[in-house]
Amino acid sequence: MNLANLTAIEIAESIRAKKLKCVDITEYYLSQIKKYKDKNAVLEVFDDAMACAQKIDDRVASGEHLGKLIGVPILIKDNIMYNGHISSSASKILEHYVAPYTATALDRLLQEGVVVLGRTNMDEFAMGGSCENSAYGPCKNAHDDKYVSGGSSGGSAVAVALDMCAFALGSDTGGSIRQPSSYNGVVGLKPTYGRVSRYGLTAYADSLDTLGAITKNVADNALVLSIMAGKDTRDMTSSPIKVDDYLHSIENTIKGKKIAIIKEVQELVDKTDYAHVYQNIIDFCQEHGAFVTKCSIPEYKSILPTYYTLAMAEASSNLSRIDGIRYGDRGRDSDTVNDIYTSTRTELFGNEVKRRIMLGNFVLSSTHYNSYYQKAKKVTTFMQNKFAEVFDFCDLIFMPTSFGEAFEIGSKTSDPVSMYIEDMFTVTANILGVPAISIPVGKGSHGLPIGLQILSKHFAESEIYNMANFIMSRGE
Amino acid sequence: MEWEMVVGLEIHAELNTETKAFCACKNAFGDEPNTHVCPTCMGMPGALPVLNKQAVIDTVLVGLSLGCTINERSYFERKNYFYPDLAKGYQITQMNSPICTGGGIHLSNGRFIRFNRIQLEEDAGKLIHGDVTKIDFNRCGVPLIEMVTEPDLRSVSEITEFLNTLKQTIMYTGVCNCRMERGELRFDVNLSIREKGASEYGARVEMKNLNSFKNVGLAVAYEYNRQVNILESGKCVDSETRGWNDSLGETFAMRDKEDVSDYRYFRDPDLPDIIIKPADIESIRRLLPEPISAKLSRYAAIGLDDSVCRQIASDKYIAEYFDTTLKNYYDPREVANWILKDVLKIYDGSQDLPSIISSESLASIIRMVAEGRLTRANGRVLFEEVVATHEDPEKLIKKLGIAGLVEESEIVSAISELMKLAPNVVDDYKLNPEKVINYAIGYVMQKTRGRARAEKIKEIIEEVFV
Repeated sequence: MNLANLTAIEIAESIRAKKLKCVDITEYYLSQIKKYKDKNAVLEVFDDAMACAQKIDDRVASGEHLGKLIGVPILIKDNIMYNGHISSSASKILEHYVAPYTATALDRLLQEGVVVLGRTNMDEFAMGGSCENSAYGPCKNAHDDKYVSGGSSGGSAVAVALDMCAFALGSDTGGSIRQPSSYNGVVGLKPTYGRVSRYGLTAYADSLDTLGAITKNVADNALVLSIMAGKDTRDMTSSPIKVDDYLHSIENTIKGKKIAIIKEVQELVDKTDYAHVYQNIIDFCQEHGAFVTKCSIPEYKSILPTYYTLAMAEASSNLSRIDGIRYGDRGRDSDTVNDIYTSTRTELFGNEVKRRIMLGNFVLSSTHYNSYYQKAKKVTTFMQNKFAEVFDFCDLIFMPTSFGEAFEIGSKTSDPVSMYIEDMFTVTANILGVPAISIPVGKGSHGLPIGLQILSKHFAESEIYNMANFIMSRGE
Repeated sequence: MEWEMVVGLEIHAELNTETKAFCACKNAFGDEPNTHVCPTCMGMPGALPVLNKQAVIDTVLVGLSLGCTINERSYFERKNYFYPDLAKGYQITQMNSPICTGGGIHLSNGRFIRFNRIQLEEDAGKLIHGDVTKIDFNRCGVPLIEMVTEPDLRSVSEITEFLNTLKQTIMYTGVCNCRMERGELRFDVNLSIREKGASEYGARVEMKNLNSFKNVGLAVAYEYNRQVNILESGKCVDSETRGWNDSLGETFAMRDKEDVSDYRYFRDPDLPDIIIKPADIESIRRLLPEPISAKLSRYAAIGLDDSVCRQIASDKYIAEYFDTTLKNYYDPREVANWILKDVLKIYDGSQDLPSIISSESLASIIRMVAEGRLTRANGRVLFEEVVATHEDPEKLIKKLGIAGLVEESEIVSAISELMKLAPNVVDDYKLNPEKVINYAIGYVMQKTRGRARAEKIKEIIEEVFV
């Protein structure tokens, strides 16, 4: 059996039919990880990966009940807890931190038979959009070493693109699943806020964080989400709304679907040399019976500063627990507890993390709270109302995932604001709390992938999967 | 010049819920350090808080018993600061939107002390200082209610009365045991001084972490005098936080207003709003025990003396025990008498009363005495035996051989015996009748193994010795 580029569904079916051994596919992926070591996508291959694969094969042989993802080898982002394994969030401060429990979403996948191969590179504490903020060096683009992988889930996207695993888990606070998916030509979905439990995901900004999968195709993504999604009693923000059968809601039609395009986004796209890529997709959808309308949100540009204000505020509080007292590494030995805090956090946090902690403290400080944090909360409510009006008459919103293809490593590191602007389109879904997917739809001028983003109403992931699958199934 | 103190209190009460406020760890005092901890209360990465509903119900119970408004919608905020006993680097608390607002306590002088709010929050761990400082996180995440008064108190006696009434009310709801030696009740005092009759407030001094009523009173009195002296010497009082040095009996400056921390409060995104519908409030109200005032009038109506009413009604557990014993044997005066004289002699406040003696057993002993099957003295003997063995009184009474009363003739012969042994008793009786009667009663009781009634013995002696 040819082991290259198998989907998760194909692997599980083959293993169940005893046409494929879990140890063989695991070995194949481990050799792929070794082959692409220089990409720096994988921070660690877990020692017990082969042993877990062997256990799966034993279970298959004994004819036990086999899960929906039996024997599917995966990689997880380094900010997801897997009991007994290091979870460092690509930081120095948690370099040796061993998770004492397993994240709910991962636990549900383990129940269905996945094998966890290792953990992937990311921007430290998910703060960044290029993977250059990793304490372990940047992860390189799957298609060209000169370019960034995107981020923060860069390692996961590159690993999927280069067939180092069947699929990978990522997290998305402002685009961290979708943007690297776009840059590496894979499928990444950020679910509705509350659809997947955050229990066991190291918090960056609690009110925006989501956990999702990066996959090779839409069907895998749909199946994986249907397993991870659903109420978790350990996460009060997880939703009790019934989980759809996403895989079976994929139909072969988009007839009558109403698609909206935001005028203010379109104006930015029109100025680029890849505008035609998106126009082709819109034409294709109209040809197959979808309606496309344009609507205007003049205040659109204020979403980005709103996002950064909220995310940094929450991050400054969330990272307080990492103080060198109870766990994690500690800075230079000190006599007083205040000195321990200072040396640990000064020496062991990266610059971008420190920048966001300081800005977060600034926007929450009593003198600036009203003009920053409070205002950002108000803009959030305003935007949610505005977009609710858009979703009153349409099913889906189309927009680019990012400004074209991946940029060169090092080209934006000295200018954080230019880096933040990269997130302009992705933060929309996080501020609204709605789901959004990125699918590859073409190539940019350097021949690197570019992605289309599809957003829907809250909990309408089925609509997204159906549309995304239809577009990806088109012949070029 | 005449001065007056203006005092507001912040009272923290630890709730006695089974589990902590935001995780499933046991809420227990005094266990081996760090045995009731989990990723959530230890602030591990990725762990999330899950609100303990009982803590909300308990807060509402206290709010209702103090006449507060229960807000239909309230929420949690994060108070951000670094301290080793604070695992997450922030405390989950309520600032802008507490569960209860308003309410208050009437004092006997007619004044009404208003509450500003009652909020639900979590406690921090405990630092244990030695050669090195260790941290016990067992208390980290234990639910606390913070009760904040308006600056309505004007004297130490008002403060003392207020705190006593508050403690009694909280204990009555059953949500906090108020054992100050365990830190279950803690106090912060805000005090300022102004000219009597002035409407403005003076510079406010905060005194933190006072752990007993006595210390609150001492600290307030000390601080009042200190500030009066400062003002009378023409100087100004600094706004600052002061601590209380118990051994010196003084307050001392802890930090001044300049280094007040900015806690960067914001709504905790991990916890949805707390919604308490009017129907929820009503069902929680039904959990509220009978108020002390209602109990007092109920006990007065069944013929108990005022002081007895108060002794029983003041403690929720004593009142409960009294009520159940009364159900088993209805004689309010006798039951009250036995509980106050005999049961409470053994009770130290830490045991359950029924674990000393079940109300069924107590009732059956009282019944035996009333029906004449036992003398009162033998009732006590039986009572002690039941307390010691927890056996059935019916069985024990046979085992001890103290059932029934002796014939009058046996008393008479015992007294004759006594007169033979000590011929001078009759003369002594004339000089000091009471002493001799008591002596004789003791003798007869010993001879009859207590199966004689003291009144009967006395009656016979009075006839014989004259």
